[in-house]
Amino acid sequence: MPKQLNTALLQIAGKTSGALIELDSVTKQYPNQPVAAVKNFSMTVQPGELIMFVGPSGCGKTTTMKMINRIIEPTSGSISIDGRDVLSLDPSELRRHIGYVIQQIGLFPHMTIAENIGVVPKLLNWSKEKTSDRVHELLTTVGLEPGDFAHRYPKQLSGGQQQRVGVARALAADPPVMLMDEPFGATDPITREKLQAEFLRLQASIGKTIIFVTHDFDEAVRLGDRIAVLSNRSQIEQFDTPANILASPANEYVSSFIGLGTAIKRLVLIPVTTAQLGPASAAVARGTTVRTTDSLRDALDSLVLTGLPALAVVDELNKAVGSISVDQISAVLGAEVPILTPTAEA
Amino acid sequence: MVFPSATTATPVVRSRVARRSDEIWSIKRFVTPAVVLLVLVALFVALSSMTLDSIESRTLNTDYIIARVREHLGLTVVASALVAVLAIPTGIVLSRTRSRVLKAIVLGIANVGQATPAVGVIILLAILWQTGYLTALVGLVIYSFLPVLRNTMIGLQQVDENVRESAFGMGMTQNQVLLRIELPLAVPVILAGLRTSLVFCVGVATIATFINAGGLGDMIVNGLKLQRYPVLVTGAVLVACIALLIDWVAATAEDVLRPRGT
Repeated sequence: MPKQLNTALLQIAGKTSGALIELDSVTKQYPNQPVAAVKNFSMTVQPGELIMFVGPSGCGKTTTMKMINRIIEPTSGSISIDGRDVLSLDPSELRRHIGYVIQQIGLFPHMTIAENIGVVPKLLNWSKEKTSDRVHELLTTVGLEPGDFAHRYPKQLSGGQQQRVGVARALAADPPVMLMDEPFGATDPITREKLQAEFLRLQASIGKTIIFVTHDFDEAVRLGDRIAVLSNRSQIEQFDTPANILASPANEYVSSFIGLGTAIKRLVLIPVTTAQLGPASAAVARGTTVRTTDSLRDALDSLVLTGLPALAVVDELNKAVGSISVDQISAVLGAEVPILTPTAEA
Repeated sequence: MVFPSATTATPVVRSRVARRSDEIWSIKRFVTPAVVLLVLVALFVALSSMTLDSIESRTLNTDYIIARVREHLGLTVVASALVAVLAIPTGIVLSRTRSRVLKAIVLGIANVGQATPAVGVIILLAILWQTGYLTALVGLVIYSFLPVLRNTMIGLQQVDENVRESAFGMGMTQNQVLLRIELPLAVPVILAGLRTSLVFCVGVATIATFINAGGLGDMIVNGLKLQRYPVLVTGAVLVACIALLIDWVAATAEDVLRPRGT
């Protein structure tokens, strides 16, 4: 490989906590097909941002993502990571510095969990000790006891555990960029929620630049820093924060994609403490309480479940700091976007 | 940054892997060799109780039988080894190529090789070329080429597309994907093809006698022509025992070499 390309890769590889990604008028036109799969897609992703691509099946969101690590070669346009033109780099070398997780996970069935996670380090010629240390560290990070799991084979793990290994494997060489294609799509709802929560905590500590493809809008709201709502040929209908998209969908397409229950979905994003809490004395002194770290949706859930007019809000030390009622939750939504009700119902 | 939650649902799988050697060397494994041994002992006892005439005793003696078995095994093993060396790489190349024409041509030729009766192939070769060991060898290779070729292609093809994609996605080159992922995962299927070829060869090698290439076919044909049934039966039983034993060795190899974890 020419020397300047090597340095370009090293530069990208060095940005372990997120690199800037720029896509400029990227188009993918398959031969013998009348319309492009992806047309003129442009986007700038800031370092450390978690971007969600949301859209219906076949809208080109996965194709767009796969052009970033050149699993699919773009027909025209340019893609750069940290200012370096991706299309001029050796594809295999490039991919070793981009984490890649797919829905079907694709663990190598004939390799142990430790060997699976060590694949990219091996490709990068890491020493055995360094690789094994890293494998242990990552298994611990994703909540799998290394002593118990390192020498098992993928078949001996549950779906959720396999997906954790998939994420660990993608993180092995500490890549600045991660591409994730519906990574939690094949797991049951309970496992999915758990994986999502773990993933958010993980991202908070590692701060990678992540492109995350999903068709589940709720998942996008829960995880994304920004969401790109895509329609056919990967056209961006709206690209904004989850709160802004929920509060003011750009057009009919976006609102139909969000679906019903926008108010409830927005509550997920708002912490309890945003509400004007009532006096602690307003809550009935019973078992159920709401924590200050909970979202308004959790508070509403508890209110509906208990049927009480108000619940006590407690801090980490279990000390009551106030109370919350349905009226106070509504007030938050009303204050944020006064016109929410008519547009959402329309 | 430690998530303790995940291990709670860990199923306690007493691994298949740990019990592998027990499974491979179970009692069932030794049924075939035991049966073969019994048959051979029975044959020996039966032959020893007979009074053999001069024609029979010329063939039914240790030196003659060992020589024929050696020729027979030599043909079989060398032909199968050649098939492995030729058909596996051909299968790999064919599975890489996008050209359907090339695939169709090679598979077509291999198909003809197998579909033509083995006697026909060998005798035709002898007429066109020469008689003897080399011709028999070539005939056997032609005849047993297809199972290995086809199984190599199928073995590579059946590797999960997602596994292949994630291998590329992690930055493996074409060759690395082939050597580290596809071939190891195709091993069981390729070995199954090789096993079929070996057993084919044992049977078909009896025909070598027609073109003066020796083997146990000598005993069978002589026994028939001279109406010496002890000779005929001994030859036939030995061929059957060799086929069973070779199949057994190949089956054991298949289990031992199957990649762990699959």
